[in-house]
Amino acid sequence: MTLNRKTAPDVAKSGPALATDHLTKRFGARIAFSDVSFEVGHGEVFGFLGPNGAGKTTTMRTLGTLLTPTSGSATVAGLPLTPGNEVEIRRRIAVMPEAPGLYLRLTVAENLECFAGLYEAPDPGERISRALQAVKLTDRAGDPCGSLSKGLRQRVALARALLSDPQVLFLDEPTSGLDPVAARDVHELIDDLRQRGVTIFLSTHRLEEAERLCDRVAILNTTLRTIGRPDELRERLFAKTLTVRTLAPLADPDRLFGGLPAVNGWRPDGPGGYVVTVDDPAVAAPAVTRALVQAGADVLSIGSSQHSLEDVYLELVNQDAELEANHP
Amino acid sequence: MTVSRTRIRAIFRKELREFRRNRQIIASMAVFPLFFTVYPIVEIFALPSSSASALAQRQPLVYMLGIPALVPAAIAAYSIAGERQQGTLEPVLTTPIRAEELLLGKALAVLVPALAVSYGVFGIFVAAIELLAQPAVTAAVLHGPEVLAQLVFTPLIAALSIWVAIAISTRSNDTRVAQQLSILASLPTIVVTTTIAVGGLRATIHVAAAFFVLLLIMDSLGWRVVSPLMNRERLITGTKS
Repeated sequence: MTLNRKTAPDVAKSGPALATDHLTKRFGARIAFSDVSFEVGHGEVFGFLGPNGAGKTTTMRTLGTLLTPTSGSATVAGLPLTPGNEVEIRRRIAVMPEAPGLYLRLTVAENLECFAGLYEAPDPGERISRALQAVKLTDRAGDPCGSLSKGLRQRVALARALLSDPQVLFLDEPTSGLDPVAARDVHELIDDLRQRGVTIFLSTHRLEEAERLCDRVAILNTTLRTIGRPDELRERLFAKTLTVRTLAPLADPDRLFGGLPAVNGWRPDGPGGYVVTVDDPAVAAPAVTRALVQAGADVLSIGSSQHSLEDVYLELVNQDAELEANHP
Repeated sequence: MTVSRTRIRAIFRKELREFRRNRQIIASMAVFPLFFTVYPIVEIFALPSSSASALAQRQPLVYMLGIPALVPAAIAAYSIAGERQQGTLEPVLTTPIRAEELLLGKALAVLVPALAVSYGVFGIFVAAIELLAQPAVTAAVLHGPEVLAQLVFTPLIAALSIWVAIAISTRSNDTRVAQQLSILASLPTIVVTTTIAVGGLRATIHVAAAFFVLLLIMDSLGWRVVSPLMNRERLITGTKS
């Protein structure tokens, strides 16, 4: 599978923070993910999307040195992913799994104290205090984690991931189950980490979250289906169109739209509605408007069609589902 | 390979804090020693001086070595299965901790309370006999060599129980199942100590030396066998890479 391996602007400057080359993981005969190649630049927020069972978590666990790849190679935080480098890689990264995985009988501070010890953090008290401040939980330090809400537990898990000042932070569904306010706090924190140059590998189901936060996204469905900036993916997958609405149906839309050089084609979209395929909406829209007015049409609206990352995602996943249905 | 004391200490402290707040573990630490002390104490108190000569033919103190076999088995069974059950294993394994450090931290966190309970209960038992039993019975029960055996064999038996229970715990997803299997696995030790205690087998200095060497070998083998079971992929997915 050939992929557009577009890299973030600073990859060339300092080498990738994260890179995989034909990375594959199998469990016996079952393929978890296959032939995955991409690069992530330093300070980049990289979204990793895909349906359930696509291999996102397994990829993350492999890059986090929990699982050994079956074939292919990877570089994590500047180090080749080899058994000899595993401890050093784990020193440079932090992983926040989907489930917070807190010791519920221990307090927030005791949980963080344990992990500060595991990272051999110098001045653990200061680190813990900074991490708690970052997630706005300083006043809950003495509370047992079992008494916290799901959102607060997620924030403790995030604080735990920040303890080691990681170069690369792996976040697996960090806002899963959070209310909008708590999710916004997490988004702000991710933005803040980006400002500080932390590379973030974000696995998420929330496409609007990926669109808002990520410099680039990759869509995985066992194999990597696509990779690029969200706007690039939209352009790559969908033709540019104008959506036109008129008060009454046009008498001869074929002659009207067909006579315009900026228009490539058109199709009806309900009574008085037309979807017009164009090369450049900015050039085509004034020409289409003029033509409609000259034809005496009462124009209700004319606008460029917007495709979201969700449309891209659904298009690719549906393509895979159709392929699977045709070749079971 | 160098191990980090800081990381071992982090696991050790965390484990002790968890044990202290886990009713299931507190109950395990309390129930087994009670079982092993109440019945023999009541029996010995009830004995008249005339039965001292018969008692002298047995080695009842050895019975108490069942405590270091059972208590650590019940606690150590929780170590990995418990983490897996509450979803805390994966975050720990993503830190720089080595498998050996995790194993040592967990083993020490079980060994320390197990030794404290075993020696503590033995001390209470000896004190109770000294104070409350008939003097002839006391003289028949409390022998210097058996007291020494208790001190020497307690850590060796506890360590063996810990390795076996952690090995079981690495392969189990359920703490109760892990506890039951670990207790089952410690039964051979109980059978041996009970057989000696009731006079079925005379523990001479040679028998004691043989058990000492056997336990030392099994303890060092236990470390070698359990270390590979702490493979990250095996712990996370249940299969080895």
